[in-house]
Amino acid sequence: MKTIKIRYFAMLREETGKDWEDLKTNASNLVELFDELKGLYHFSLPREALRAAVNNSFCDWQEQLKDGSEVVLVPPVAGG
Amino acid sequence: MISFSITDKEIDSSTLKEKLGTAEDGAILVFEGVVRNHNEGKAVKSLFYEACESLASAEAERIMTEAVFKFGLSRIVCVHRTGHLNVGDVAVFVGVSTGHRGEAFAGCRYLIDEIKHRLPIWKKEHYLDGSHEWVNCSHHGHNAKHEHGEVSV
Repeated sequence: MKTIKIRYFAMLREETGKDWEDLKTNASNLVELFDELKGLYHFSLPREALRAAVNNSFCDWQEQLKDGSEVVLVPPVAGG
Repeated sequence: MISFSITDKEIDSSTLKEKLGTAEDGAILVFEGVVRNHNEGKAVKSLFYEACESLASAEAERIMTEAVFKFGLSRIVCVHRTGHLNVGDVAVFVGVSTGHRGEAFAGCRYLIDEIKHRLPIWKKEHYLDGSHEWVNCSHHGHNAKHEHGEVSV
């Protein structure tokens, strides 16, 4: 069991009702983490529409999670 | 000198522009992205911008380093607004300086396109009819369009 900090923005923040949370999880990678969160919050966007970052770097969904990692789920961006 | 910041205060373009330019620079170029009153056929009343500042700053650092390497820019200043903005407000400032205009135009174009495409910044549009929407989130899987294509110097 590891503890992962997850930060939510934009529509994911609205759908979870949270800015962030510390989740105790057995998820080994980002795909498993996303599936666990989708089960909890029923996100309207599929994983294919999102990107993910761990510790301030964008990374592949296969990225392995370590205890204490900080994950940002990134819905489609629209800066500028 | 390269710098990126996110602010919830009004962007003061004239002050930012003073940071650009060295004695070797023959070109100073500034792009301002401004809130317009329409998008995809809907009348826009105001916008709300939200950013993941730590990730945006880290990714912006990578983008600006790429731009220095590709276009030889000597100075870059980028600022993005967050919070509620009204029509006419400056949402993003991108300023560059370098030896010649060609690299300045190409570099500035690269920076604003990559900022739009890569930075974790989100925009909620509030429409005159009272509805609102997170831009790019209603059509699944469409991130910001990558507009610059094959830019080369």
